[in-house]
Amino acid sequence: MDSSVIFSMRLSLQVAAVATIFVLIFGVTVAYFLARKNFKGKEVLDVLFTLPLVLPPTVTGYYLIIAFGRNGFIGRYLYELTGWSIMFTWYAAVLASFVVALPLMIKTSRAAIESVDKNLINASFTLGHTETGTALKVILPLAKKGIIAGAVLSFARALGEFGATLMLAGNLPGKTDTMPLAIYSLAGSGDWDKAGGMVLLLTIMAGLFLYMANRYSRKVF
Amino acid sequence: MGLTVDIKKRLNGFTLDASWEIGNELAVLFGQSGAGKSLTLQLIAGLMKPDSGIISSGENDYFDQARGINIPPYKRSFGYVFQDLALFPHMTVRENILYGSKGVPDEERLERLADLTGKFRISGIEDKMPSEISGGQKQRVAFARALIRRPEVLLLDEPFSALDNPLRIEMRAFLMQVREDFNLPVVLVTHDVYEAFTMPDQLIVYSNGRVAQTGAPSEVFSRPASKEVELLVSAKDIYSEMSGMKKVVHFDRPGPDLHRKAEIVIN
Repeated sequence: MDSSVIFSMRLSLQVAAVATIFVLIFGVTVAYFLARKNFKGKEVLDVLFTLPLVLPPTVTGYYLIIAFGRNGFIGRYLYELTGWSIMFTWYAAVLASFVVALPLMIKTSRAAIESVDKNLINASFTLGHTETGTALKVILPLAKKGIIAGAVLSFARALGEFGATLMLAGNLPGKTDTMPLAIYSLAGSGDWDKAGGMVLLLTIMAGLFLYMANRYSRKVF
Repeated sequence: MGLTVDIKKRLNGFTLDASWEIGNELAVLFGQSGAGKSLTLQLIAGLMKPDSGIISSGENDYFDQARGINIPPYKRSFGYVFQDLALFPHMTVRENILYGSKGVPDEERLERLADLTGKFRISGIEDKMPSEISGGQKQRVAFARALIRRPEVLLLDEPFSALDNPLRIEMRAFLMQVREDFNLPVVLVTHDVYEAFTMPDQLIVYSNGRVAQTGAPSEVFSRPASKEVELLVSAKDIYSEMSGMKKVVHFDRPGPDLHRKAEIVIN
């Protein structure tokens, strides 16, 4: 295999893996509060986190630039403090993947957490365990399969992320060209053989992960 | 030792307004489904918050609206056995029982576990999952889990209602033995008239969210205070299974004190 293909594949896996770790930590926390707590603006929050699922990735990318670009309302302070901007780095690809994959994690794990038998949670309270203890020992272990399914789906989604990544991280060969971006460039420059190889590779990888997600989620829903 | 309950709670158009007090005895909350018995237990355990009133046990005030006291459920000392037992399906029998031992010193935990499994005849199944043991064993595990922390009061939400008859009879006797061994107040929720008559020291009859009558079972059954209590305690089909509709029926109290007989006259 060509070294640029290997680079793109490694970068794609790296970006998807790192994004999935953040999605897992942040997504499960948000899903837990959405599932267990009643607070003002709860459904607004849910809609906000779900939007990237239905918005075109370019729109999500646009918002991310507004927030994290060098002149963005968060990016500006980051740049002033450190002289560093996330734009056009592989971290930007992670951020883009994180935002588009998050809704899949939240939806799947919220459903799994909500489906945990209320009596088991109550039993845990009457046995002297606090909300946190109950979450760690009863609720999350029982929602485990849904959470794993969400993580696998998120990983697959991150692996295929294109639009928001293109806007935020650009398509810099040897720097930010993940597999989907590399395929775009190769097809654009007429290198159909190489593009086809990568397409096949990506299809197999995505199919494998979806198969794993199905194996887990079947037992949950 | 005992339990004082005086609570009001409105919930989805239903109003619970119940007040009763028990000592170190077995009390049965008896009434039709939807009368507020299970809701009362949940409020006592702190799983829901009453609108007003007090809940106290011995020297511990668990809820007092006037003084702004509302102790969270995990700090209340009640052993609770749920109707569906609520054994954790992802934990072994041992893990399930030990899960109830929070606050027990480490060196004492295993001692208590061994003591309970021995007493309840469930030793040898500690490494099994709840799905792998029999219905009777599940019941005993749920009791062991609720008791390992040595709670002040044992609350039972119709734990025997889904059992087949032989097992139900066995578990009634088991409960009387538990009450004797652990010497703690027990509140049993049931809509089974046989349990209401034979098991309690004090019978508390619920009707539409209110306490309709309290007293010794023989007293309540022979002198119902109102028409609604009379209907509850004299449903004829319930007696037929036991004594063929004789005028005077003798019930054996299940459990260790079989010599204690109760007596009732059906009019």
